[in-house]
Amino acid sequence: MSTNPIPTVTPSGDDGLLRPPMDFQTRRMRLNSARRYLVNHLVTGLAVLSTVLVIVPLVAILGYLIYKGASSLNLAFFTHIPAPVGEPGGGMANSMVGSGIILALASSMGVPVGIAAGVYLAEYGRGKMLAMAVRFTADVLNGIPSIVMGIAAYSLIVMRQMHFSAFSGGVALAIMMVPTITRTTEEMLLTVPHAIREAALGLGVPKWRTVISVSLRTASPGIITGCMLAFARVAGETAPLLFTAFGNQFWSFKLNEPIAALPLQIYVYAISPYDEWHRLAWAGALVLILMIMVSVTLVRIYAGRGILKGAS
Amino acid sequence: MGAGIDVEHLNAWYGTTHTLQDINLNIPANHATALIGPSGCGKSTFVRCLNRMHETNPIARATGVVKMGDLDIYKDASPVDIRRRVGMVFQRPNPFPTMSIYDNVASGLKLNGFRNKAILDETVERSLKAAALWEEVKDELKKKSGASLSGGQQQRMCIARALAVDPEVLLMDEPASALDPVSTSKIEDLIFQLKSRYTIVIVTHNMQQAARVAENTGFFLNGKMVEFNSTDKIFTTPSDKRTEDYITGRFG
Repeated sequence: MSTNPIPTVTPSGDDGLLRPPMDFQTRRMRLNSARRYLVNHLVTGLAVLSTVLVIVPLVAILGYLIYKGASSLNLAFFTHIPAPVGEPGGGMANSMVGSGIILALASSMGVPVGIAAGVYLAEYGRGKMLAMAVRFTADVLNGIPSIVMGIAAYSLIVMRQMHFSAFSGGVALAIMMVPTITRTTEEMLLTVPHAIREAALGLGVPKWRTVISVSLRTASPGIITGCMLAFARVAGETAPLLFTAFGNQFWSFKLNEPIAALPLQIYVYAISPYDEWHRLAWAGALVLILMIMVSVTLVRIYAGRGILKGAS
Repeated sequence: MGAGIDVEHLNAWYGTTHTLQDINLNIPANHATALIGPSGCGKSTFVRCLNRMHETNPIARATGVVKMGDLDIYKDASPVDIRRRVGMVFQRPNPFPTMSIYDNVASGLKLNGFRNKAILDETVERSLKAAALWEEVKDELKKKSGASLSGGQQQRMCIARALAVDPEVLLMDEPASALDPVSTSKIEDLIFQLKSRYTIVIVTHNMQQAARVAENTGFFLNGKMVEFNSTDKIFTTPSDKRTEDYITGRFG
């Protein structure tokens, strides 16, 4: 009596051939590899699709702005103040300067406070009650509608001084910048390896100096990104400026007077009934986006160079 | 010149864990002293108590007397002053990633506000030569980032960085454990040369290394110092059974 040393299996759907048991295994593996191939390409495809979905709105908005606004851009737009109703021409020079002043004010207040608070959270406040309160406040502040910031600045500053001002607009935007900057600074500082801090402390470098020259410097690319995000976010804000900076149809360089701002001017022109003003609103929106893009790019190049050169 | 260190009744805690229990030890000046023992026995905590790095951890504390020469480091000076006089090299190379090789080595001086360029140049060169790295990096001191060097080079750069502030004592916490054998032997040669100018305390898991570089060896176990003697004695005729068990590989 002969026994086959290799047991054989007849697969269901018998095709009349006796197959060795390995065949079932290899078939499953082939199926698996086909499945993996499919899933791999599916996921890659989804990732590419998502990337396109992210880029499309940006390109579309920019393209539409150029299409609608570029034709109204001329020298007068950059050098003149708004023309009276009915008169053609006029520009947004005062709004651009005004936006620049308000954003400079907001950044000069919001960036130092935000970074300092982030440093406290990451380097000094670990596990302390105050730090938890600050972190919670920052997160809540981040979710508050921007118009509320405007009302806050209105009641804190405008109501007391009894007049609208560039300063109050700057404060409103600064408050909006702080939570983003604080939280990014904290997160970025936490990614700096502890070993590097120890290296500095071990050399007899005081803690404050370690924080500034080692921790902050190592984390600076991320912190700069956070600051730019906060800046870009508030640069286009209209609501907080409605009852603070208020807007101005004329030149103003004083911090305690109402001042023009691009988003406000766009808002005023966009809801007006005149076609000429609509066109100017489009041009203003285009300029606003370009201003944000240029300043973000400039800071990135300049700051990046400063870090690589490494002036300590 | 190096300074000797006298440790009396040193106790250290992490939270409620009593990591070091009543350590008494005299570390002679201008010699290398090795500390051996199984992981978690308190060797690292011990060296961190010698330059007050221990207290940078908020839950850590220490009691007892540590004297460097006549100076009681816990009473007579600030931690920052102590760390300038007691340098430290860590287990893993920890270069400052944003700084060039030059700035890394000069960092101890620069970050303390020292600006004289001629002296900085001279110090960087002297320290890199002392750390046997000068020849390999002298052409790209300011061009290359400290983090772009190989692991062994990084560790020698970290030694140069520690030497640049001209300490009297150099603490080395397993300085070669993350390195390959060639780099390790370079570091050991270095320790041999540095002994003439600095007091060296080296924590190591490698008993051959302790035997090669150190005149004296201390054996730590469970937060206590079991035995301290000349390296010869420790490795040939240890007086404590536990030391013998450890060096013959019966545990740890």
